[in-house]
Amino acid sequence: MKRKCTITFARWACGPISEAIPMAEVYLNGVFVGEVDNAEEFRDKIIAERRRGALPERMSVQVAEVTGDVNLETGKGRVQRPLIVVKNGKPLLTDAHLTQLRKHELSWQDLVKQGVIEHLDAAEEENTLVAFTASDLTEAHTHMEVTPLAILGLCTSLVPFANYNQSARLNAGSKNQKQALGLYAANYLVRMDMDTNVLHEAQMPIVRSDMHIISDYASHPSGQNMIVAIMSYKGYNMEDAIIINKASLDRGLARNTYFRPSVAEELRYSGGLVDEVCIPDKDVKGYRSEKDYRYLEEDGIIYPEASVQEEDVIIGKTSPPRFLSGMDEYSLTSNIRRESSVSMPHGEKGKVDFVLLTENDEGNRMVQVRIRDQRVPEIGDKFTSRHGQKGVIGLIVPQSDMPFSVSGITPDIIFSPHGIPSRMTIAHLIELVGGKLGSLEGRYIDGTAFDAEDPDALRKALVSHGFRESGTEQIYNGESGEAMQAQIFIGSMYYLKLKHMVANKLHSRARGPIQLLTRQPTEGRAKEGGLRLGEMEKDTFVAHGASLLLKERFDSDRTLVPVCEESGLIAYIDRYRNVTVSPIYGDTPKVSFVEMSYAFKLFLDELMSLGIYPKLQLEDRY
Amino acid sequence: MTASTRPSTRIPDIPAVITRSLPPRLREELENASSGLNGAGKKQAEERINAAYHAMQVEPGESVGLVAAESIGEPGTQMTLNTFHFAGVSEMNITVGLPRIIEILDGRKTISTPMMEIFLKKPHNNGKNIRELAMQIKMTTLQDLVLAFRTNLLENTIVIELDVKALERLDMSAADVQKPLGKSFRSAKISRSDNELTVTLNPTKGAPINEIFKIKEKLKGVHVKGIKGITQILPIKRDDEYMIITAGSNLKDVISLDFVDSERTISNDVHEVRDILGIEAAREMIVLELMKVIETQGLNVDVRHIMLVADTMCSGGTIKGITRYGIIAEKSSVLARASFETPIKHVFLAAMAGEIDQLTSVIENVMINQPVPLGTGLPQLSAKR
Repeated sequence: MKRKCTITFARWACGPISEAIPMAEVYLNGVFVGEVDNAEEFRDKIIAERRRGALPERMSVQVAEVTGDVNLETGKGRVQRPLIVVKNGKPLLTDAHLTQLRKHELSWQDLVKQGVIEHLDAAEEENTLVAFTASDLTEAHTHMEVTPLAILGLCTSLVPFANYNQSARLNAGSKNQKQALGLYAANYLVRMDMDTNVLHEAQMPIVRSDMHIISDYASHPSGQNMIVAIMSYKGYNMEDAIIINKASLDRGLARNTYFRPSVAEELRYSGGLVDEVCIPDKDVKGYRSEKDYRYLEEDGIIYPEASVQEEDVIIGKTSPPRFLSGMDEYSLTSNIRRESSVSMPHGEKGKVDFVLLTENDEGNRMVQVRIRDQRVPEIGDKFTSRHGQKGVIGLIVPQSDMPFSVSGITPDIIFSPHGIPSRMTIAHLIELVGGKLGSLEGRYIDGTAFDAEDPDALRKALVSHGFRESGTEQIYNGESGEAMQAQIFIGSMYYLKLKHMVANKLHSRARGPIQLLTRQPTEGRAKEGGLRLGEMEKDTFVAHGASLLLKERFDSDRTLVPVCEESGLIAYIDRYRNVTVSPIYGDTPKVSFVEMSYAFKLFLDELMSLGIYPKLQLEDRY
Repeated sequence: MTASTRPSTRIPDIPAVITRSLPPRLREELENASSGLNGAGKKQAEERINAAYHAMQVEPGESVGLVAAESIGEPGTQMTLNTFHFAGVSEMNITVGLPRIIEILDGRKTISTPMMEIFLKKPHNNGKNIRELAMQIKMTTLQDLVLAFRTNLLENTIVIELDVKALERLDMSAADVQKPLGKSFRSAKISRSDNELTVTLNPTKGAPINEIFKIKEKLKGVHVKGIKGITQILPIKRDDEYMIITAGSNLKDVISLDFVDSERTISNDVHEVRDILGIEAAREMIVLELMKVIETQGLNVDVRHIMLVADTMCSGGTIKGITRYGIIAEKSSVLARASFETPIKHVFLAAMAGEIDQLTSVIENVMINQPVPLGTGLPQLSAKR
């Protein structure tokens, strides 16, 4: 392929070498292949031949601005995008093409073959002038966008009326959509994905864009259409929080199922020893308690639909001893195996959904148990519209206390108006009106960026349904029944539940596990860890002069260390002989117990490892 | 533990002895302000001021240093992160923002943009001959006045062709150039004809060829006019008077000029201010410069925090930066020094010297988890055996 191209170009462009004064160098896939007199002319000829079909359509040609070289590329790894070819200010794509396309008499590939549409890579685009819309076209333009939507990515083009939003909000909006819960895969019931969620009753948005149709969004939606009122509610929706209707939740709004599999493998060890999935015997090292194994059936695996709480054993398993050390492990009984069951992680609950027995890559028996947990929205769960207007639930209000409209509509969500002015998400407001009209007329509203239905027309159409053009309605206080003085902006919006749910994050600790090395609390929710009082937090204590509180906070690794008063080194107690021993002076009664943090004791040890003698000089406290 | 050592915030009747403990500046101001009052009124004013003054004093065990650090540090995080932002006065660039703050607090010897604000004495600040005055300050080297150098290797001479126009602009003659050259190159003979200077190198020395070139390069940098170090000048009008802002700084030479108001003229080089005007002036400069940056960033930090920092930096009579070589190195505790930067170095050096850590300060006690000697941890119980 490469060879053939080279020869062809040389014949075209160069002519007899003696006559030509070479002007521009030509590179094919980065390799020098010859020189041409006129780079632009040569490039235009290549393009013409490519459009004619004589050259591969995915080939690109570029005249580099700085060097004047002609770069031809045919290799892999170049991202190309389709553009409509423009000649003399007129796009080659005509209405005739479009009618043919609608009748399926013509395909995309045909248009490419006809040279109406071509794919350009980043290099060739440097030499073009691309019109955004047909109305922008001038004589100078060489190409036109297939659709203005093409300047946006997949997620961003799912934002309705995107061109009315501030650009930073578009970024936020598309980022949020990636975290939305939905139907992530149609076969999720037979999958064993880690940490997944499936939204119940996900819907297609009423206000949609072309991208929803193109991407077949209806088959994997990730949100629900909700009635949204923009108003304050007792301050429970300040700082981006939202108020949610209890009755809506009871009807299943924004409910989802959380899946997490637990895995156990029967590993093989040297010496023919293997793990065994079973209910562990009582003489197994590290045996928990009978109660912990209560859900296991004879095969050591939990039964489906068992309702499990944290720390419950899901798969019972025993492993061979890790090291053959102490004498008792060589003893005749010798079947002292280790307990290595898989149990529910700390802070999680659920129902056993699915049990799978299979093999891993090495052919070892593998048990996978999927736990399912239904998640009803609760205070702190995160929601967002498609305009980067994210917030957490601040309050769940019974329907009887929710504000209601003249026609008796109560909102699902109350969104705070303070989120609007500084963020300038006008599309958020337009979507609300659009959603309202769409639900009244029983149709989808087209909100494709740059190409949407006219927002003014949407508002005018509201009037014919007996609503105010502004989208506002008279609202009554849900508790007192009084009419509100302000007209409330209310309508329907597509809301997304995001994967950050309090159920996965809620954590606290009073006492709990500590680290082996430092004797300080472990870190992280999964390990039931402590919440660190860091350097800057410490400073606030010092600044307040709360020095005893500070000491108490940092007492997590407090230890009493015996210190030899003469050598100033850490001594130890010989319990057999009941004497204290100094590392230098041997048996000595001159040992005091000093309270210090274990981390500091470690520091002293570390100094000694550096060859430094950290001598503690003890003094009576009083 | 007893709280008897802690003073109560209620202001008791102040005995006359303490009245005299007002700082001199405050006492002076009180004297001036109360001049119109009669005896009783004067006394009353004095008492009120006294009470207010003592009420504002910090209690023992208040962690002023840490509060100052937090008060400067927290707004510091909001400072725009354009680490090298230049606020231009025409073509001059001045380092501002966070880099400038770091520069001052580190007590850097060489700062990135030294500059001066030169105020002029009364008749000169009307702006009439501001250009000429400014040109007198600006440093001119031979390089700026030369059209061409011609080296003659055979005769061991360098002929300097002077730029007449440049000389005229500076109101100089060839003779004016000859003088400083002669001073810088005593061994060479310099003769002048018209607008050409001939530098004849000492023939006995038998200079090798590259020596001539070296001397030629040296000649270029010879300072012929103005004040050394002042690379750019910018005359401006501030309020009702004309003044000169410079890039580059030479406080000593500038304030000794007769038309310069030496009382108001300042340099932004804190070390230079210390060397010329003393440590108190340097302390004031640190406060002013830090406040200037903080205010231009639209932040609000109480001056007294800055003053504490400046006091700490200057208390030794020299300027010590807040670095491990500066005031951190002054800390008596090994553990405190090690907790700042390069812990191993500090621990090793302390081990070699056999240092004893008395554990008297805050960080050490946090490390060993003992009450820190601050606030509630300060009072101690003493008992007779």
